[in-house]
Amino acid sequence: MSPLDSIPLFLAIPVAFFVFLGATLTLIGALGFARLNSFYDRLHAPTLATSWGTASVMIASSLMFSFIDGRAIIHEFVIGACIILTTPVTLMMLGRAALMRDRAERSDALPEEMHIRPRPQDPPAQT
Amino acid sequence: MSRLFPHPVLAVSLIFMWLMLTRFSLGYLILGTVLSLVAGWAYSALHSARPRIRRWSTIPRLGVTLFLDIIRSNIATTRLLLTEGRNGRQSAFIQIPLTVTNANALAVLSIIVTATPGTAWVEYQTDTGILIVHIFDGAEAEHYHEVISNIYEPMLMEIFE
Repeated sequence: MSPLDSIPLFLAIPVAFFVFLGATLTLIGALGFARLNSFYDRLHAPTLATSWGTASVMIASSLMFSFIDGRAIIHEFVIGACIILTTPVTLMMLGRAALMRDRAERSDALPEEMHIRPRPQDPPAQT
Repeated sequence: MSRLFPHPVLAVSLIFMWLMLTRFSLGYLILGTVLSLVAGWAYSALHSARPRIRRWSTIPRLGVTLFLDIIRSNIATTRLLLTEGRNGRQSAFIQIPLTVTNANALAVLSIIVTATPGTAWVEYQTDTGILIVHIFDGAEAEHYHEVISNIYEPMLMEIFE
């Protein structure tokens, strides 16, 4: 008998729900990533996968394996923490690179007021 | 004590993570403690300034707010992505002047902005304190401006400053 057969219905329903929700959000994020036109819009679509997409697969996995092993299994949340803590690094790098390129090219992707980098309003006094 | 454990929070969370990934037993506890000590020394050689948390009690409130916000914006962004091309959505850049200058608070803010679908951190300028955020739904500009500067920023200043 596979361990999956021993899962009772009351647990199988939430596990299936969370797996389905996570997979659907990730799919929608991926589709959006493929369909959107501008670079900055595309930054947003994958965040569906990195936020609730990951979280709900994690919850499902934790529920199921905690039940099978008979003890609390929360390894998954380390993955979640690492994803949440590291995405800003890559996202910021991509965003700033795009912004720098668009400023240099005076691209139409940027609104007028963003073509120049804002200056400090009151520069510190020279001593 | 502070020479031995330069970063107590980091050390405790590393020990906890180590035990969670292996198994709760004395041997693993000792090994994990040694590892987290070495990691703490290595980290303090890189960053001598220790992040100071002034008010721990605000952290759960920040967590709950962020959790609810992530759910809400997941729903909003999914709806916009599914109706893409028919809803007349316009993305926009918003510029938010920040008063918070603490590097740790800004790091947490960048995690908040990135983890919430619909907002992407584009640039922060240390000299002007202006944060540029790209938002997926331009119609919500007022809302995001409000949320970042009136909800998250005061909470982060309470925690770190």
